[in-house]
Amino acid sequence: MASLDQPTALERFINGILPENPVYRQLLGMCPTLAVTNSMQAAMTMAGATAFVLISANTITSLIRNVLKPHLRILVFTLTIATFVTIADRFLAAYMYEMSKQLGPYVPLIIVNCVIVGRCEVCGSRQPVHVAFSDGVGQSIGFALALASIASVRELLGSGTWFGLPVLPASWPAWVIMLLPPGAFLTLGALMGVVNWYQARRAATAK
Amino acid sequence: MIRYLAQAWLVILLGLCFGAALAGMQMLVADRIAENKLNETLAQIPVLVPGAERGEPATVGERTVYRALQGDRIVGWVVPAGGLGFGDRIELLVGLDAQAATLTGLYVLEQKETPGLGNKIGDETWRDQFQGKRLGTPLTVVKRDPAPDSAEIRAITGATISSQAVCTIVNQALTDEFRAALAAAAQE
Repeated sequence: MASLDQPTALERFINGILPENPVYRQLLGMCPTLAVTNSMQAAMTMAGATAFVLISANTITSLIRNVLKPHLRILVFTLTIATFVTIADRFLAAYMYEMSKQLGPYVPLIIVNCVIVGRCEVCGSRQPVHVAFSDGVGQSIGFALALASIASVRELLGSGTWFGLPVLPASWPAWVIMLLPPGAFLTLGALMGVVNWYQARRAATAK
Repeated sequence: MIRYLAQAWLVILLGLCFGAALAGMQMLVADRIAENKLNETLAQIPVLVPGAERGEPATVGERTVYRALQGDRIVGWVVPAGGLGFGDRIELLVGLDAQAATLTGLYVLEQKETPGLGNKIGDETWRDQFQGKRLGTPLTVVKRDPAPDSAEIRAITGATISSQAVCTIVNQALTDEFRAALAAAAQE
């Protein structure tokens, strides 16, 4: 079909990081973005688990794209994603037990992360394996960067630490609200504004 | 049948492959997960039973329980209990005194209840109301302040089913018969 105007593997990779960042540009995957970004450790574990699921599901979808019946595709995507999420969930429970308890139901909830099913639909089911793989990696890096940016702000202001290490002086009055849900919305809103302002400025200078 | 298979063969095949992959994963890590849970259980025993210093597994009435020990004296029991919650299975640890007549603590080992509502069953403030409840009358969930010295537990706002599930699991695990067996085992 129109394979000529499809982005190449490199374009897919770069697009995922900033131009089509899953959180800041596509506004997908808001549930983990808001829920687990109160500490860097939790956010990075979530980013890692999501990356594993996203890259695996995108690659598998691409491998079977030629035998995939269009009306059964969502069923197959969900089946694939659910399998990898369960593997990630069991892995965390076995090797990172504390973190697994802290993340609780948010690990199984990766199944309904729209970023993943979105990439399977947009890229995995249409393009060859190497493109789907680099798309998965690019989007995963973009997602991880977005989570890291939000979690850094929240953990720093909320507990004065970064990755659990003390950064701000002990006299810092920890803003507990940053660790609670309102902090997630405030941070996401502020950072989204910065990204939009930057994009607008870049578009203006390009003219 | 042929038409059905022509449409669905990929889904069936993937289902089988993924099922096998999950079974393999389970075989690989099941022991480790069980070990993690055992360690967490043993670490919780001094919290669940006042005066306990350590715990050791025991079998009472064909169920695995934990003796809470102070030196070599049994000061209480910790009973694992599980059942269906609102989301997935809830697994609890229930602390009892040596006669298995009073609850001394409750701990949530595993739950996947709704974040922000049902997952409050893990909060200490909610779990604390189980402390000191006399066993014998089944625990009931109420939506007001529980009457003093009763078997009433205050429901979590917006999570009545999760609250009810916890009480049901405790009630079902601690039958009179089983508590009598625990009390007898403590005498030995």
